[in-house]
Amino acid sequence: MNRPRWIRYARSLRSFWTTSLEAELEYQLNLVVELLAVLGNLAGSLFVLTLLAGPSRQLGGWSWSNALVVVGIYTLLDGFTSALLQPNLSRIVNHVQNGTLDFVLLKPVDSQFWLSTRSFSPWGLPGIVAGLLLISWALIHSGEPIRASAVLLAAILMVAAACILYSLWFLLAGLSIWFVKVWNATEVLRYTLVAGRYPITAYPPALRMVFTFLLPVAFLTTVPAEALLGRGSWPWAFGSVVAAALSLTSTRLFWGVALRHYTSASS
Amino acid sequence: MTVRSLQIARVLLSTQYATMLEYRAEIALWALSGVLPLIMLAVWQGSDGAAAAGLSSTKLAHYFVAAFLVRQFSVVWMIHVFEEDTLQGKLSPQLLQPLQPLWRYFAAHVAEQVTRLPFVALMMGALALLQPNLMWWPNARELILGIAAIQAAFILRFLLQSVVAMLCFWSERAAALDRLLLIPYLFLSGLVAPLQAYPTAVQKMAWLTPFPSMVAFPAALLAGEPVEIGRGFLQLGIWCMLLYPLLIWLWRKGVRRYGAMGA
Repeated sequence: MNRPRWIRYARSLRSFWTTSLEAELEYQLNLVVELLAVLGNLAGSLFVLTLLAGPSRQLGGWSWSNALVVVGIYTLLDGFTSALLQPNLSRIVNHVQNGTLDFVLLKPVDSQFWLSTRSFSPWGLPGIVAGLLLISWALIHSGEPIRASAVLLAAILMVAAACILYSLWFLLAGLSIWFVKVWNATEVLRYTLVAGRYPITAYPPALRMVFTFLLPVAFLTTVPAEALLGRGSWPWAFGSVVAAALSLTSTRLFWGVALRHYTSASS
Repeated sequence: MTVRSLQIARVLLSTQYATMLEYRAEIALWALSGVLPLIMLAVWQGSDGAAAAGLSSTKLAHYFVAAFLVRQFSVVWMIHVFEEDTLQGKLSPQLLQPLQPLWRYFAAHVAEQVTRLPFVALMMGALALLQPNLMWWPNARELILGIAAIQAAFILRFLLQSVVAMLCFWSERAAALDRLLLIPYLFLSGLVAPLQAYPTAVQKMAWLTPFPSMVAFPAALLAGEPVEIGRGFLQLGIWCMLLYPLLIWLWRKGVRRYGAMGA
């Protein structure tokens, strides 16, 4: 019984994901729906991007094929959201409303870990695959040489982006401890993060500030895309990693405070 | 009979309004989530595509701010509640009441619009303070017709989502279909781009679907753009007339299949 802590958590994670995979595979028609949704969304985004770029085929100083890298990263993160964030974090609201959060808190695992990793939806995979394909296609067509160091930096920044995205979702979903019914509050994020489909320079300067410091959309898509294209700058990369570390720590502190305010459903 | 209907409507709306007020934090967040047209406005204003499509900066601003208002007052989440209610059997007690349950959902949506009103007014006020050049006053005729068009667009969206929601009687995961429904709504309704910017062929195809009636038509009307008012309303009317009988028919077929999960 005295196995190291991380082994216990890794085993829990494995059984969480195998069970949710089995449950999700009951609904195989979802794969068709999800494939159609990803393809439709991609086609729509590319169409609007073409309209925006106009005859000069530029958007905010980015050429059309470079801007595609941003769209690709957006699609990838959207897939990650469907696979992990949405199935888990949008349920926190239900747990609070129905009082089932009590059961989670009684389990001998960290409650934030349980709430964040309990489910895994394979229906996010089409988005992830489509995103990766689009990124590679756009990179090959950008005409820039692909360097291993750039890819490595981009990979690190993508992980940072995923951490920031997770923190945003978790903070918003955790607000339900106070407001009880923030049903679909997480949908707010899905709609505002749409801003990440376009390079940050496509926005007016005031909004760029908002999208960097307030709602860090810039770190989610533009910064990793620049790194992939070999234009990554150290201050931005450093900022991205710091932002990720800060936001992860803040979720931890936030959850501690939130639990102290949790009063259970019936009391 | 009419007195009774009015009474039912009054009670339904006031109880739903009370529920919505209780959860106003959620509604404030929902109102915030409707900023997509404003984000798109920011991108369009700095892009080369707008000039190429012959859209001036003020024209874009008026159109997208109007689209923002349309979106705020035509939000429909029918399919998600209905899925939950059928799956958990919450629909069963409603079926015992001498009132078509769909009316209850409809009343909830209308009550939510009323609750949302102050939040939207606040957001418009903030927008007017920060960016006064985006604002304009529509004349009385545009305003009245615009509000009528928004309400018609809301009814059309409610009917369309309810038709899809009826599939909950046949499938456990009908809400997944909402993701599919959202795609044409995003790209063909004029929410992310004014339809004038589309190539003519795509424009024509879009107008054959119900989606432009949901955003582009009411927004253009509010923004004071020259639109064929009669045709726009006719289109809204025709789509509603097509969807309403379909909804009732699906409801009748579906309720018979309804196994009241867990009962």
